[in-house]
Amino acid sequence: MTPLLQVKGIKKHYGMRIGCADVSFDLYPGEVMGIVGESGSGKSTLLNCLAGHLPPDAGQVIFDTRVDGPADTVTMSEPERRMLGRTDWAFVHQHARDGLRMSVSAGGNIGERLMAVGDRHYGQIRDRAIDWLGRVEIDESRVDDRPTAFSGGMQQRLQIARNLVTGPRLVFMDEPTGGLDVSVQARLLDLLRGLVREMGLSAIIVTHDLAVVRLLADRLMVMKDGHVVEGGLTDQVLDDPQHAYTQLLVSSVLQV
Amino acid sequence: MSAYNFAYLDEQTKRMIRRAILKGLAVPGYQVPFASREMPMPYGWGTGGVQVSAATLTPEDRLKVIDQGADDTTNAVSIRKFFENTAGVETTEDTSQATIIQTRHRIPEAKLTEDQILVYQVPIPEPLRFLEPRETETRKMHSLEEYGLMHVKLYEDISQHGAISTSYAYPVRVSGRYVMDPSPIPKFDNPKLEMDAIQLFGAGREQRIYAVPPHTKVVSLDFEDYPFEATKADHCCDLCGAEDSYLDEVIMDDAGNRMFVCSDTDYCRSRREAGHIGPMGAEDAA
Amino acid sequence: MKKDEAMIELSDVSKSFTLHNQGGAVLPVMEGAALKVAPGECVALTGASGAGKSTLMRVIYGNYLAASGRVLVGGLDVAQAEPRQILALRRETLGYVSQFLRVVPRVPTLDVVAEPLLALGRDRAASLDKAGALLRRLNIPERLWGLSPTTFSGGEQQRVNIARGFAYDYPALLLDEPTASLDVQNRETVLALIEEAKARGAAIIGIFHDTGARNQVCDREIDVSGFTPGQAA
Repeated sequence: MTPLLQVKGIKKHYGMRIGCADVSFDLYPGEVMGIVGESGSGKSTLLNCLAGHLPPDAGQVIFDTRVDGPADTVTMSEPERRMLGRTDWAFVHQHARDGLRMSVSAGGNIGERLMAVGDRHYGQIRDRAIDWLGRVEIDESRVDDRPTAFSGGMQQRLQIARNLVTGPRLVFMDEPTGGLDVSVQARLLDLLRGLVREMGLSAIIVTHDLAVVRLLADRLMVMKDGHVVEGGLTDQVLDDPQHAYTQLLVSSVLQV
Repeated sequence: MSAYNFAYLDEQTKRMIRRAILKGLAVPGYQVPFASREMPMPYGWGTGGVQVSAATLTPEDRLKVIDQGADDTTNAVSIRKFFENTAGVETTEDTSQATIIQTRHRIPEAKLTEDQILVYQVPIPEPLRFLEPRETETRKMHSLEEYGLMHVKLYEDISQHGAISTSYAYPVRVSGRYVMDPSPIPKFDNPKLEMDAIQLFGAGREQRIYAVPPHTKVVSLDFEDYPFEATKADHCCDLCGAEDSYLDEVIMDDAGNRMFVCSDTDYCRSRREAGHIGPMGAEDAA
Repeated sequence: MKKDEAMIELSDVSKSFTLHNQGGAVLPVMEGAALKVAPGECVALTGASGAGKSTLMRVIYGNYLAASGRVLVGGLDVAQAEPRQILALRRETLGYVSQFLRVVPRVPTLDVVAEPLLALGRDRAASLDKAGALLRRLNIPERLWGLSPTTFSGGEQQRVNIARGFAYDYPALLLDEPTASLDVQNRETVLALIEEAKARGAAIIGIFHDTGARNQVCDREIDVSGFTPGQAA
């Protein structure tokens, strides 16, 4: 089986400071990988390098494209990379307002990616927007409301619908449940799990919440000071951490 | 008026603007940045169009200036006087006699020819601006042909009003490449954008010039199930009886009486001179 | 797979914990562990509390990382495998009924139980039917099926956990105290489920404090005390 994503030796420095260094891994179709670490550990830098938002100083991010097979997204042309960003890739921001157009209706938000890839039939676009609202548990009657009129949890679900409508194969998520109430988080996690399974999505989820990765991620990468200190099966890393930092991280979680 | 250089601007400035115009013609619909000058009139009064006209005028030209189709409104009169004073060129109200027509918000009804240049005054040249405030991002979207957002705007129109309610400044795709704001002309005028004359667009405050060369394909954006429609008031001109011209609605009194008249005053006058009379035209003649 | 071929086979497995945050103390907890379980066989792990029964089970499931040795389950060496290989093994081959139910909050009980089948891409309606049948056998009243098991009593959670473990016919099963905290009737149901699994050829490793249950379903016993480091094997 060809990995969907092959990351080789990604490095990013901010002047003298290390953003992330020597990160390599393969992600297979259908796999969900969590990246955990404390603030400043380089996990968001890494995610942005992988998603093409930041140019890495060195390394390759090889994505198995539908048409041409494996291609390095770091060196591919910007139009190609942006096209991936609208079709096979999706990016779910921590703050929904970074990923949504707040002045555009829910239906328009979901429809944007469809129109961006050439859909020109209003009725069909709207039907698909309504279908996706249902899938993220937002009532159809809200299709013409703006996200400003939505709760935080609804905004986040709308952002997910907007991203998944074109059937991407790889989703990058940056703290997708951060800033939400615990009960809302649970609902979102359940929704994400269902969608990941139904659509056979691969995902890379950056979070500092170990409970989130335990429920969502198949495997885990632990980062500290820009380096990956440990990786493996999620429950194995959490229940039998090998590295000193991971042990500290796991033992620091409050038990409820 | 020997105190001014011909057509007010100095020769270096005119050369700079002409280069921008030529680039605009070479890349139809592309917004060319240019070093817009301070003009002796406020922004919003047509400083962009005036600079383009100034760079385009030759002493042999005959200039016509219209504002919302009319030759006799303040803006049109001021600009016409400005060039009479600074360039000493002939002016006219007759569309067919003009070699250069500067316009605000209309395309004349009479068919323009290959010998003519139409200069538009443009307030906001960026069609993507209302949805994407970042200039860096809109430029990138143009360069990569990422125009999905334009349809988001039309989608929003339909979802809120049941139809595409954008009635002026209706976005077009030029020559299958750049999406362009045709300036705030009514969408009734959009089909006329495919014409024999050269069309130049100047935005003074925003410092952009763009152009549509003659015989260029200009397509108004729409949806398959909500096709573009060039609409006008369902009426004829009350003065000249024209069925095919864009109409202004004029409130007559406080009792709700109104009349519809051609917004293109030259078109209306020439029709009446040719003997056409509209429903309220007889009174006017009397 | 031939009858005498082992479904689960451990050889020379050791396990230690390094406590980096307590001065790097190394706690060896297992050494030289070896066992074989054939299809259709049920083996009980015995030994005093703390002897390492659960640890061994977790090593087999891939939840604890073996320090050395081979842990073959259905031909895959869990000690060396990639995460995705272990996940595929857990989906298709190796089931685990732990003592604790760990689920996404708010997911209805019926879905929790059907999840192993849904994860294999089985038809949703058929999966839910199977889940319902198991819940009924284990006396979870139908009015609770739509609720999340996180709100249930300990005994009910344990039965939901068992139903989930038996929803799919795993070729290999790990059972950690499956009959603990069950009443007589439910205990009989669980033992029947184990017998049925054996009959269809599942290789089972279990921990049973309940001696009666152990004697009823297990073919052999393995005393894990023999794997404790420093003790003569």
